[in-house]
Amino acid sequence: MYGKGLRTLSIATVGAIALGLSLVFFYAPLDADQGFVQKIFYLHVPLSIVALLGFIAGGGFAVAHLRSDNSRWDAYSYVCIHMSVIFGVAVLATGSIWARASWGHWWVWDEPTLVSFLIVFLLYATYYPFRYAIEDRDRQARYASVFAVTAGAFVPLNFLAVRLAESLVHPRVFATANGGLPGPMRLTFLICLVAMALLWVTLVKFELTAKNARGQLSRLRRALDAPGSGTGSRVAPEVSS
Amino acid sequence: MFLPIGVPALPLDEAGKYVAAAYVVFLVLLLVYLAIMAARLQRVERELRELASFAEQGSRQEEREEVSA
Repeated sequence: MYGKGLRTLSIATVGAIALGLSLVFFYAPLDADQGFVQKIFYLHVPLSIVALLGFIAGGGFAVAHLRSDNSRWDAYSYVCIHMSVIFGVAVLATGSIWARASWGHWWVWDEPTLVSFLIVFLLYATYYPFRYAIEDRDRQARYASVFAVTAGAFVPLNFLAVRLAESLVHPRVFATANGGLPGPMRLTFLICLVAMALLWVTLVKFELTAKNARGQLSRLRRALDAPGSGTGSRVAPEVSS
Repeated sequence: MFLPIGVPALPLDEAGKYVAAAYVVFLVLLLVYLAIMAARLQRVERELRELASFAEQGSRQEEREEVSA
């Protein structure tokens, strides 16, 4: 069910990433200020946008779960947040490398955009212990959804921080006034953004498919373990992990 | 997001290392994630195989019981 269209999506993702990388290294011009180091922009910024949107999507699915009490939406919410946390690790790592190349420091604490992203990341890093500290499945899903909605509402602040940061000289990608990206850079950036979004969707779908397969397997094991299932009263062997 | 302020551009040989590092870090993260997922998939496959053989044993035992009855 979840795996439907995964192959097509994977092919589209690989194609988009290949196109994006080709444009980054063979089409987009060198930045006048930063030179070749600016190529990190095409990886780092789409990653961060997709990660933040993923957190918001997780909050959206959590709202659907709270409204319908359907565990399917909780699974969507969990996987969206899980994938965005992984993307968040990539954002922090690539951003640190870019900061080191540009500023000579791995981290700058007085830069609001960095710190606000770190706060969002750390907030979502607490999602796992919070979720798994609750044993009862229903309560776990409900509390995790409340967390996802609250944290998801906090995420737009990160976008605002980027926009309002005083030391901002980052190119305004969609700005019409001074500072907007020139055409080839804008096209490259948009393709990279689409590629990252496709990668995120593919991995979310992949994770959901794997999660569903494990769930179905557990159901099968329970059915085989049940008395009168045609396999006697023997207990199906547990597979050690 | 990180917003490097306008500083003199690094020479290509030095900047190249950082750009390569950023893309390699991303690739490594992706590969680690895929490796973890592959390991999980292998576990599911192994468990499925054990359940299949378990179900086959059960049906064979039932057949034997029917024949002996």
